[in-house]
Amino acid sequence: MIFSFDLLINALVSGILIGGFYAAVTSGVSLAFGILDIVNIAHPAFIILGSYVAYIVNETFGLDPILTAIVVMPLFYLLGAGIYQVYYVSFEKRGQESLRGLAFFFGLLFITEVSLVLYFGVDYRYVNAAYIGPTWHLGVVEIPLRLLVPCVVGLLLIAALQLTLTRSFIGRAIMAVAQDQLALRLMAVDPIRIKRIAFGISIATASLAGACLIIIQPVEPSVGREYIGRVFAICVLGGLGSLPGAVLAAMLIGIVESLTSTFYGPSWAPAVSFGFLLLTLAVRPAGLMGR
Amino acid sequence: MTVRTPTFLLICLIVVVAVFAASVAIGNDYVFFAGYVILQYVVLSTAWNILGGYCGYVNFGTAGFFALGAYSTVAIYKFTTGDDASFPISVSIPVLMLVGGVVSGVIGFGMGYLTLRLRGAFFSIATLALAVVLETLVVNWDYVGGSRGAYIIRPEEIAPIGNYIRYLFLIMMLLAVAAITVARLIEHSRLGYGFATIRDDELAAEASGVPTLRLKLIATTISGALMGMAGAPFPYYISYLQPDSTFALDYAVNSIAMPLIGGTTTWAGPLIGAILLGSLQQIATVTISSAVNLLLVGCLLVGFVIVAPNGIVGLVRSYWQRKPEEFVGRRRIDADAPGSVP
Amino acid sequence: MNSATNGRTVNTDLLQVDDLGKRFGGFVALENIALSVPAGERLGLIGPNGSGKSTLVNCICGTLRNEQGVVRFNGRQLDGLAAHQRTRLGLARSFQLPRPFASLSLADNIRIPLLYTVAARGTVKSVHEIEGRCADLLHEVGLEEKSRRLPRDLTQVEMRKLELARAMASEPKLLIADESMAGLTHSEIEEILTLLVRLNERGVTIILIEHIMRAVMSFSRRLVVLVSGRKIADGVPDDVMRNPEVERAYLG
Repeated sequence: MIFSFDLLINALVSGILIGGFYAAVTSGVSLAFGILDIVNIAHPAFIILGSYVAYIVNETFGLDPILTAIVVMPLFYLLGAGIYQVYYVSFEKRGQESLRGLAFFFGLLFITEVSLVLYFGVDYRYVNAAYIGPTWHLGVVEIPLRLLVPCVVGLLLIAALQLTLTRSFIGRAIMAVAQDQLALRLMAVDPIRIKRIAFGISIATASLAGACLIIIQPVEPSVGREYIGRVFAICVLGGLGSLPGAVLAAMLIGIVESLTSTFYGPSWAPAVSFGFLLLTLAVRPAGLMGR
Repeated sequence: MTVRTPTFLLICLIVVVAVFAASVAIGNDYVFFAGYVILQYVVLSTAWNILGGYCGYVNFGTAGFFALGAYSTVAIYKFTTGDDASFPISVSIPVLMLVGGVVSGVIGFGMGYLTLRLRGAFFSIATLALAVVLETLVVNWDYVGGSRGAYIIRPEEIAPIGNYIRYLFLIMMLLAVAAITVARLIEHSRLGYGFATIRDDELAAEASGVPTLRLKLIATTISGALMGMAGAPFPYYISYLQPDSTFALDYAVNSIAMPLIGGTTTWAGPLIGAILLGSLQQIATVTISSAVNLLLVGCLLVGFVIVAPNGIVGLVRSYWQRKPEEFVGRRRIDADAPGSVP
Repeated sequence: MNSATNGRTVNTDLLQVDDLGKRFGGFVALENIALSVPAGERLGLIGPNGSGKSTLVNCICGTLRNEQGVVRFNGRQLDGLAAHQRTRLGLARSFQLPRPFASLSLADNIRIPLLYTVAARGTVKSVHEIEGRCADLLHEVGLEEKSRRLPRDLTQVEMRKLELARAMASEPKLLIADESMAGLTHSEIEEILTLLVRLNERGVTIILIEHIMRAVMSFSRRLVVLVSGRKIADGVPDDVMRNPEVERAYLG
């Protein structure tokens, strides 16, 4: 292990930048799991789907991946709404969310991933954009733009989400549905419709997260798997349902992963987030900023 | 009609002999290779179902326990065989299975102790985390080959059965019998009732005097141990063990899909699911591709979970249209089942 | 109730709650709750919705952990004991919203406490005895004909009876009946009351939590009133109902 100040600083910086991206990735799950109590472990697969959509459009039309993602978000929203409807009718209504609901999402994860493999193969895909190559140098600190842009986009996404949840009517209805469905009904608001909207938003974020992912690194279908644990680790660590908490937790995990990778080697990195998760679950399930 | 356990075992052993003889008669060793995988899944599904179907706790970390068994074998192999063996003795497969079972059982207990106080969803996520942590540890442990993998030299023959693969096939069949016998014993015992209450309503179970944590620990330990036992012979089967394939999520999806498709409330469900789905996958892998194989599993899983939540066993039951009174009364305590299982 | 023996005061109450407090984050659900229930008592526990009655039951039975105060059962402190251990000591409760084991038959629902509580005490050994007690209980609550059905086939009042029967199956010394009569008809309420009285006559101490005043007044020999997490009255029912604070809580 060679310790150098430069290495340390840069590891920290990339950790923070990646953390911003992780926050974007987690925002959807924070909404679904933290607020709606839906354990959507297929979320990473939808992110990869988003990556591939960005890839196709970029390959064919040369369009910027982030722009593509924003345009495609309504489609992802509809996908999410549709999936929730099936989930609600098949499981939530029957009270079987725990076993069968989980299995349902697990199945979706596989279907999505394998479909991508069948259609695109296992080759790594990447996008081309002006900001993927260059790196800014601030003294000894290196800031790769391909990390900076997703980080900024990610943080903007979280900010937008947080604003929506706390200021808009729909947002507050979503927060309310997590706590008191009866009260919502009394206000003539259909909780099922609210949950459907919320889940749709959750999947819509995956579109943007996917674009960010493929900017940071080349993507192939099984890349999503390493995010399953990461995403839930951040969710739990940050406190379920708390978006600011998710940002903090994402940064923390990003930094620790980066440091581990730099000084101990990348093969230990996956254990970091999962190890964190186990620790948090064992010690403090409420996380850093519990609900 | 509830059959007493010794009779059940006898029937199973007759089936074992019959199946083995039939397989030998076919004359193509491929039957044994494919059959081994299917039987392995019978054990894994049955093991999964003890915690998942009976208690309602979904374990995503099947691969972790399976791999523990496999890598225990590798470790012992390195220790006892080959040129730089520290302790040259010959260790037989059944012994390896026992070791694999103990190692996985202990880890299962430990994992349970850490995570079973958590709500169901958190437990499931924790199991996923555990599998990855285990994989990372193994990949970084050079003694068992690390990411490069490990080679196991499979003996050519073993008397009196002949071909070594036939021996593995037979052993796995016996393990499968053991697994479904254990599941069946649990199902008909007080423990089975306890597990069902945990699945139905843990709070009410506690209020009724059921020691839920203790029972859940028993379930994770037995489940983990069986999975480890299934993994123990695997290095000999595959000869070259790689962390990627050993820890594959495919094990998780199969061990969840097979019981859900077959039926989660009884030992017959995972058996049916494993045989059907396992065979389907073998056919698909050979005729189309292994990716399509997984797509199939995913689609069937989602399909069954939505349309037939009680699996094939459930469909069969409702087809026969038994009245509820007749059916539910079948759940009785066997007079020969272990008396005071805690 | 305290009795003086050799000059020392010994508390012989079956259930004793001292200075119990429970918070949920910043919300104070229970504060300074003190309760003494002698063996054989018929105690009524009333209070407006949200006053903390169910929380109190949960703390006593171990489903929730109270941060403050001590619960003693039969002289023994219950701190740190899991719910199932308290049930084994003789403390039973029924749930406000019935929580039957949905995949098990009625008979099996009753068998669970018999297998796990009564059998654990060592007072029954054979399968035969367990079957006998199961049948007796089902007969007592009038559910023997539906013994092989699933809970989802039951009517409201039958569900409540199952809930009570399951609590009774653990052969408790103290039974807490949490709103067993909500939504029932006149005669159905009478059925449940008769059941509880019969149980009490066999020596089981009963705490009845109810909103139906008629039932509470006719059943209870002592009444405790909870409002906003605090006990505001404790005594003979007639006196308690004339207490101005209680009147205010219910009418004001």
